Amino acid sequence: MTEPSDTPDRHDHDPGGSERLTREATAHVAVLARLALTDDELDRYAVQLAGVLEHAAQVAAVDTAGRPPTAHPFALVNVLRPDEPAPSLDPELVLGEAPAAEDGRFRVPRILGEAP
Amino acid sequence: MSVDRAGKSGVRAPGGGRAPGTVRAPGSVRAPGTVSALGLADAVRAGELRAVDVVDAHLAAIEALESSLGCFVTVTAEHARRQAAAVDAEVSAGRDPGPLAGVPVAVKDNLCTAGLPTTCASRILAGWRPPYDATVVTRLAAAGAVMVGKTNLDEFAMGSSTESSAFHCTRNPYDLDRVPGGSSGGSAAAVAAGLAAMALGSDTGGSIRQPAALCGVVGLKPTYGTVSRYGLVAFASSLDQVGPLARQVADAAALYDAIAGHDHRDSTSLGEPIAPCRPAVDRGVQGLRVGVVRELTETDGVEPAVRRRVLEAAEALAAAGAEVSEVSVPELRYGLPAYYLLAPAEASSNLARYDGVRYGLRVDGDDVADMNARTRAAGFGPEVKRRVLLGTYALSAGYYDAYYAQAQRVRTVIIDAFARVYRQVDLLLGATTPTTAFRLGEKLDDPLSMYLSDVCTIPTNLAGHPALSVPFGTDDAGLPIGVQILAPAFGEATMVAAAAVLEAGAPATRPPAVAAPTLLDATGHSGHPASQPGADPQSGAAPQPGVPSRAGTAGQPGTGSQAGTEGQTVVSKAGGAAPGGGRP
Repeated sequence: MTEPSDTPDRHDHDPGGSERLTREATAHVAVLARLALTDDELDRYAVQLAGVLEHAAQVAAVDTAGRPPTAHPFALVNVLRPDEPAPSLDPELVLGEAPAAEDGRFRVPRILGEAP
Repeated sequence: MSVDRAGKSGVRAPGGGRAPGTVRAPGSVRAPGTVSALGLADAVRAGELRAVDVVDAHLAAIEALESSLGCFVTVTAEHARRQAAAVDAEVSAGRDPGPLAGVPVAVKDNLCTAGLPTTCASRILAGWRPPYDATVVTRLAAAGAVMVGKTNLDEFAMGSSTESSAFHCTRNPYDLDRVPGGSSGGSAAAVAAGLAAMALGSDTGGSIRQPAALCGVVGLKPTYGTVSRYGLVAFASSLDQVGPLARQVADAAALYDAIAGHDHRDSTSLGEPIAPCRPAVDRGVQGLRVGVVRELTETDGVEPAVRRRVLEAAEALAAAGAEVSEVSVPELRYGLPAYYLLAPAEASSNLARYDGVRYGLRVDGDDVADMNARTRAAGFGPEVKRRVLLGTYALSAGYYDAYYAQAQRVRTVIIDAFARVYRQVDLLLGATTPTTAFRLGEKLDDPLSMYLSDVCTIPTNLAGHPALSVPFGTDDAGLPIGVQILAPAFGEATMVAAAAVLEAGAPATRPPAVAAPTLLDATGHSGHPASQPGADPQSGAAPQPGVPSRAGTAGQPGTGSQAGTEGQTVVSKAGGAAPGGGRP
C-alpha cells in the first residue's frame, strides 16, 4: 500500500457551490481513513455522502464575519493536577485484551524493512 | 390506543383498576412494585424491601420480555445479585447504602464496566472487557444502585433508531414495529418497559432526549462538563455528555445528582460544585420566563400532533404561573448542518484508535496499514463507515476551512444566539423530536432523513447547554410525545422544576403495550405517572401481575436474555434482526 497524499483532489468542483463527492474521491478518503471498502460500498457511500455534504454545505451561507471558531463549549486550558504517583492499570490485564501480545508488549505485524 | 384527556386537570390517574393480586417477587416478598425508583430506594433503605428481591423481579422481567424488546447487549445478572446482596448487608448492619439503594439501573453499552463486556454495539469491540469502570458506573455503585445490564445502542452511539447496532434491533415497547429512537434506544426502552427502574445514556446530538421522547420517558442531557466522561467511549468529544433516563422527573433528577460532579480523571470536567437537582422538583415555575421557540415548534418537519402538545405544555406552564412568550432563534436551523461536519470530524479522529493493535478485533493483512484497513472494514458497520468517511473528508487539506472551520464558526453563531435569547427568558420550550416513533427500517437507507430526527436536539449540544425531554401525552395512535425544555449552562434545577410541573399536568396515557409487572405497585398503579392501567385488554400486559406480558407474541418465549450467563453478550436475534440492515 502506498502512502496517500493528503488532498482528495479527484472530485468535481462546481463553482456554483454544489460539490459532488465522486466515487474516486470517496475511494481516496477511504484510504486516508484506513477503511478497506468494497466496490459496492464505494458506490453507495459516494451517493450518500454527496447528499449529506450538500446539506452540510449550508454552513457556507452563514455570515460568520468576526466570529471565532468554537472547538469546545467551555474552553478550559491548561488543566493540571498535582503530580502524585498512583497505581497504573495492570499490564497483564490490559495486554490480555489485546489481539496479540508478546513479552509485555502489543504485538503488531512487521513494520521495518517494508517497501515504503 | 387513544388519548385520554381526563388527566388534563393535572391530577394523576386514580388508583382504581387494582390488579387481581399483587406482584410477587421470588421469595413472596412484595416487589418490585413501588413504581418510582426513589420509592424503591426508600423501601430498601427502610428495610421494607430487600434489594435482592427487587433485582430478581427485574431480572425475571428481563427474562420474560427481552426476547420481544431487545433492550440489552449484555445482562449482568450475577453482578447485579452481588451488588444487591451488598446493599442488603449494609441495611442489615444499620448503614445507609446510599440514595439509590437497590435501584436496578441499566447502563448504555458505551460506558466501561470493569471485567464486563463493553461493546458499543460494534463488532470491533465485541467481547472486549475494559480494565476499569467509567466514573459514572463507580458513582452509581457508591449511591447503592444495582446494574442489571448493558443496553443496546446505535453502533458507537451514531444513529437515531438503535438500528445501527451490530447485534440486533431494539423495539419500542409502545409498538414493536417501531424504533425506540437512538442512540440510547436500549436504555429508553428498558426504562419504559420496566426492565430497569432507571438508566444511563449518552447524548452527543440528542441521543438521550430523542429516545426518551419516543419511548415516553424522561431524559436529561446535562451541561457539558458537569458529568464525568471518564470511561465513556468517545464519539465526538466536544459534544458527548452522560445523563439519566427515568420514568419520573424526580428519579431522573436524583440519578443526575448521583453522577454529577468534578472528576480529576476527565480533563473536560468542570471544577465548580454542582447544585443538587432533586429538591427543585417541588419548586414550581411561578414567575419563570419561558420562551416557546418558533424554530423548535413550527419547523416544516414537526408533525401537527407534536406541535399541539408543545403548545399545550406551554399552556400548562402558564397556568402554573410561568410567563410564557414566543421567541424566535433563526440561527438554530444551522445546527444540523454544522453538527454533521463537526461530529463526524471528531468521530473520525476518535475512532482512529480502533486499529487492531490494543483491543478488540484484528483482521490480518499484508502489512500494518493493510491490517488496519481490513480490521476497520470488518469491524465497523455502515453508519460508522459513513461518518468516518465524512469526517475524514471534512478534515482533509483543502476542505478544512470550508467545512470544519466554518462549522466551528457557525457553532459560535449558535452560542451567541442562545445567549441573546437567554437575556429575555429563563427557559426555552420546543419539540424534542419532529415526529413520534417511526417504523423499523423506514429511514435506514436514507441517512439524511435519519439525521433530521435530531434537528431539535442538536443545537443544545453545540452550545454545551442542558436540556430535558419530558413525556407529554401521545399522538392519535397512542405513541408518546416528548416536550423539550432547554436551559442555559447549569440550569438543570430550573429545568427539573418546569419538567415536574409538566409531568403533573400531562395528559393521561396508557402504559406501553409490552411492559413488565415491575411497572405495577401494590395498588395496580402503572409506573408511568399519568397513566391509567387496565383500560385496554389489547395492551393489557402491565395490569396482569405475574403474567409476563406479551413475551410470547412477538418473539420466542423463554429465550433471549440468558440472564444467568454472566458476561456473555446476548447474541439472540429475537430482538429482531435488522431489516435491510446491510451488515457486513
